[in-house]
Amino acid sequence: MLVLALLVLLQTAPVPPGEDAVAPYAMSDANAGGSPFQGAAMLAAFHGVAGIDRIVDDLVTTSQADPRIGDIFKGQDMIRLRRTLKEQFCVLLNGDCQYTGRDMTTAHKNLGIQAKDMNALVENLQAAMRHEGVAFASQNAFLAKLAPMKRDVVTR
Amino acid sequence: MVSMRCRMIRIPPSIVAGFIAKFAVATLLMAASPAAARDGRAGGKLMLTNGVTTIEGSSGGGVSTWALIAGNETVDGIGGSAHVSVILLPDYRWESHGAAIGVHDRLELSYARQNLDTRDVGAKLGIGRGYTLNQDVFGAKLRIAGDAVYGSAYLPQIAVGVQYKHNLDEPIVAAVGGRHASGTDLYVAATKLLLRQSILLGTTVRYTKANQNGLLGFGGDRGGSSTVQIGSTLGYQISRQLVVGGEYRSKPDNLGFSRENDWKTAYAAYAISKNLTATAAYVDLGSIATAERQRGGFLSLQTAF
Repeated sequence: MLVLALLVLLQTAPVPPGEDAVAPYAMSDANAGGSPFQGAAMLAAFHGVAGIDRIVDDLVTTSQADPRIGDIFKGQDMIRLRRTLKEQFCVLLNGDCQYTGRDMTTAHKNLGIQAKDMNALVENLQAAMRHEGVAFASQNAFLAKLAPMKRDVVTR
Repeated sequence: MVSMRCRMIRIPPSIVAGFIAKFAVATLLMAASPAAARDGRAGGKLMLTNGVTTIEGSSGGGVSTWALIAGNETVDGIGGSAHVSVILLPDYRWESHGAAIGVHDRLELSYARQNLDTRDVGAKLGIGRGYTLNQDVFGAKLRIAGDAVYGSAYLPQIAVGVQYKHNLDEPIVAAVGGRHASGTDLYVAATKLLLRQSILLGTTVRYTKANQNGLLGFGGDRGGSSTVQIGSTLGYQISRQLVVGGEYRSKPDNLGFSRENDWKTAYAAYAISKNLTATAAYVDLGSIATAERQRGGFLSLQTAF
């Protein structure tokens, strides 16, 4: 019975190459932590999925090297983080994607993130969006989607 | 009109030197503070979300107090700020300076010294040309709910505050009909940055009897008790570093010798860095102590950590 259950789990949630296994959870776009924008304008403002990929890569690389918050990422599965972050941004920006990551509370549990850590990440995201050439008003509109997540992310 | 313009934009070297000197002292005090941690984790607020210091020393938008707490620190630390502001008007010269500390983005304690040079009006009023009215303002502000940036777009940051104002020119206050040389303002402020629209909204309800902010005392021959006054701000965030907007602030009108008008401003606040913000504004302060149409330029520099 246990073997059967494990087999079912492995079939529903295969571990993508290069990533570590995580405890099973129910997958849903609702885990992305916000309702997607309507229409195609925001996705266009972010230069589509390719633009999102560039922004997330910039954000993750910068944040890992950031003396303020780099330590938080040590020992984390950065391959998985890049993938799920790209999915999350894509879903929120109403791209044709699925979010397969965990909800914000679970994903940030035990990380001990402080308010200033989240602000540092927001600054790095602003820089990444700026590098991509996203208009400031669109940057802020996207941050408005992320702002309510603070209560799930900041635990200290 | 042309000559008035010229008078408005002419900035005497003494003012510039004083401005720079006070600001340099404030900046040095900041640099010597223990909050300047080495790990780069000092501060932590997003740019401009500490507001700019008002002429009363509390953080806000230059003229109107907002619900924001001074300094760059978040709930995880203690920050602060120092500022110098000048207002050049056709018949007056205003200068104020002060400092504030922000404790865990919760409590703000502030001090400001206000100096109003009456120039020629002083001679006209019989107190002497260039007589300067002075006032100390001690403020405390407590954030009681909400977050100006994060959380629900429908819940603004809300703060309650008190400003104790002590006028240092009691004989002048009595001469113009002011009832008291000291007074206390109470206020509730709500401030929100609507990220979706990049719009900054704020309102402040103030219970006060201050005449021209208290520089002409508190209460007067036309009314002795405090009244409810409203301040509002509307801004647009153009970039991470730049906000433009306008403010409106209603005021009591307690003195018979000279009517008092509401204040209106149009401002631009620019964050030169996380630690340095410059604010420039066009201000319309209306009639001040019989001198009509006091419209001019406001300039403020703020350093924060």
